[in-house]
Amino acid sequence: MKKKKLAGVFLSLSLVAGTLAGCSGDSKTSSSGGGSSKSGDTIKIGANLELSGGTASFGQSAADGLKLAIDEINKEGIDGKKLEIVKVDNKSDAAEATSGSIKLVSQDKVVAVVGSATSTNTLAQVQVAQDNKVPLLTPTATNPDITNKAGKLNDYVFRTCFIDPFQGTVAANFASDEIGAKTAAIYVDSASDYSKGLAAAFKEAFTAKGGKIVAEEAYVTKDTDFRSTLTRIKSAKPEFVFLPGYYEEVGLILKQAREDGIDLPFMGGDGWDSPKVVEIAGAEALKNTYITNHYSPEDEDAKIQDFVAAFKKEYDKTPDAFAALGYDTGYYLADAIKRSGDASPEKIRQALEDVKDLQLVSGTLNLDENHDPIKSATILEYVDGKQTFKTKINP
Amino acid sequence: MELIQQLVNGISLGSIYALIALGYTMVYGIVKLINFAHGDVFMVGSFVGFYAITVMDLSFIPALLISMATCAIFGVLIERIAYKPLRNATRIAALITAIGVSLLIENGLIYIRGAQPEAYPNNVLPMDKLDIFGVSISSQSILILSVSIILMIILQFVVHKTKIGKAMRAVSFDSEAAKLMGINVNNTISATFAIGSALAGAAGVIFGIYYIKIEPLMGVLPGLKAFVAAVLGGIGIIPGAMVGGLLLGVIEALVSAAGYSLWRDGVAFVVLILILIFLPQGLFGKNKREKV
Repeated sequence: MKKKKLAGVFLSLSLVAGTLAGCSGDSKTSSSGGGSSKSGDTIKIGANLELSGGTASFGQSAADGLKLAIDEINKEGIDGKKLEIVKVDNKSDAAEATSGSIKLVSQDKVVAVVGSATSTNTLAQVQVAQDNKVPLLTPTATNPDITNKAGKLNDYVFRTCFIDPFQGTVAANFASDEIGAKTAAIYVDSASDYSKGLAAAFKEAFTAKGGKIVAEEAYVTKDTDFRSTLTRIKSAKPEFVFLPGYYEEVGLILKQAREDGIDLPFMGGDGWDSPKVVEIAGAEALKNTYITNHYSPEDEDAKIQDFVAAFKKEYDKTPDAFAALGYDTGYYLADAIKRSGDASPEKIRQALEDVKDLQLVSGTLNLDENHDPIKSATILEYVDGKQTFKTKINP
Repeated sequence: MELIQQLVNGISLGSIYALIALGYTMVYGIVKLINFAHGDVFMVGSFVGFYAITVMDLSFIPALLISMATCAIFGVLIERIAYKPLRNATRIAALITAIGVSLLIENGLIYIRGAQPEAYPNNVLPMDKLDIFGVSISSQSILILSVSIILMIILQFVVHKTKIGKAMRAVSFDSEAAKLMGINVNNTISATFAIGSALAGAAGVIFGIYYIKIEPLMGVLPGLKAFVAAVLGGIGIIPGAMVGGLLLGVIEALVSAAGYSLWRDGVAFVVLILILIFLPQGLFGKNKREKV
């Protein structure tokens, strides 16, 4: 009984809160919306990001980067206009992401939406963008389906990051060009589309380079014992092991591999990018391992160092890849708005699509026919358990 | 050489299964209950060991002993609170309770500390590699294997040479008759749970050191595999659990070695099904007629 009462109170409270929030949102919209239509000195862009919930650290980083970029752009403005970000917190929830996007498009009348940091929440907004003909630009969602689902291009959807399979291609180029490997083994998480996508791209690119895949093995997420399979890989005598998994299993695999005397170079994608991998495997086991990532704060490129310094000044921390891509998204969008002329969603869409050789922190941006960026990937090497910048590979 | 290496892998894995299977088999032998919460006792033991090593800064052996002691108490508590009131109820009621206890422990721990995994520190045991004819065996796996074997020998000694062991065997043979002979059946059952749980706790610490990552749901699969091992060896028979565990570990390693690593878990349960169809009493079991 008591519980029921509590739930009732909570429900009514949240209802009230919802209405209040709606009110404040409305009033803000009407005032600033009126301003823009009269003087036309602001251009509103929406940001639908994970500011709370399970993947809040991703969304928060992207939001920090985006804000830094917009602040810098607003110093000069675009044709005398300033950009204004209207933020929505999707609470790391796909349903919230959809309704957040509807609010941005229909109430706030934004010209474009900067979409979520994770693929799931971005996918939840694709239909809204397509239906309302407002461009959706995600900073970090890497799932190929976002821009092109089953051969059908989502023409209002764009992204700033490269897609999953691209990392596999880059890793293959690195393995054959830099390491000089002729034979490679692939060890894939068969429960993860991400892992399989990377592995397929690696295989294709590596064989195209004249390399040979001598072993293809698989595990499933949550496995703990990899020794038997590792022994199999060892006896196939590859020169290189491609391991496109997520950090928990990767940590265990590396540790068990080194214990079983497999001293080969291992390489994976951004799924390794977590401090947990060092914690589980230990710095020693991470020797001679590499990952592909979107960018490295240690890259000596002037553009990157300027960004890192500006970010550190503003937020007092080193920007991660999410922050860098959030920042790049701001510049990509501003560039498109500038080229669009009248800042209408349709013209911005065209300008986003027509981007050519745009210099960004995470590399030079060009799009392929699927709206997926073609740009350089950064290779990081683990040295004493720390990611250090190794090289940049162009596609 | 690869085959020998795979056998080493299999035996290391199998000795962990064997330690857990012993608890299953002892409890089944004495109260005819499949204690599905046993895998979670193993998980609790792993966490106790982890906190003993990281928070209390202990070395391997003290952490192992603390974990075994905690699990022994924990096992007795489970028995007293959950199973004892149901001792004369139907077996299915006790079985369902066991599943309930298992879920309670898992989710209770998630509630207390969250579901995020923990990593055992790397320096608990010295790491050396021994290369014997191209077979590399880490000093860790040798130590782990020897600890498992020592624990099994101690168990054999307890069961066959001590008074409590004699009482356990008597109760398992016929608990009514044992009661009439003046054996305290309740205490004997508690002792069985204590010993079985202590072994699961030891397996938990060993698992943590060997496989590094521990998390609140880690007990589910090893628990089920150990159950398979116990059935394989003949449930209720102690040497059967040891052999069953080692055999299952080797079978899994060989399945992976043949290139079917994704089928490994499936094969373990196929073994269970085959055993139940063709040899329900297990490898070491005697075909007993059901008492009327």
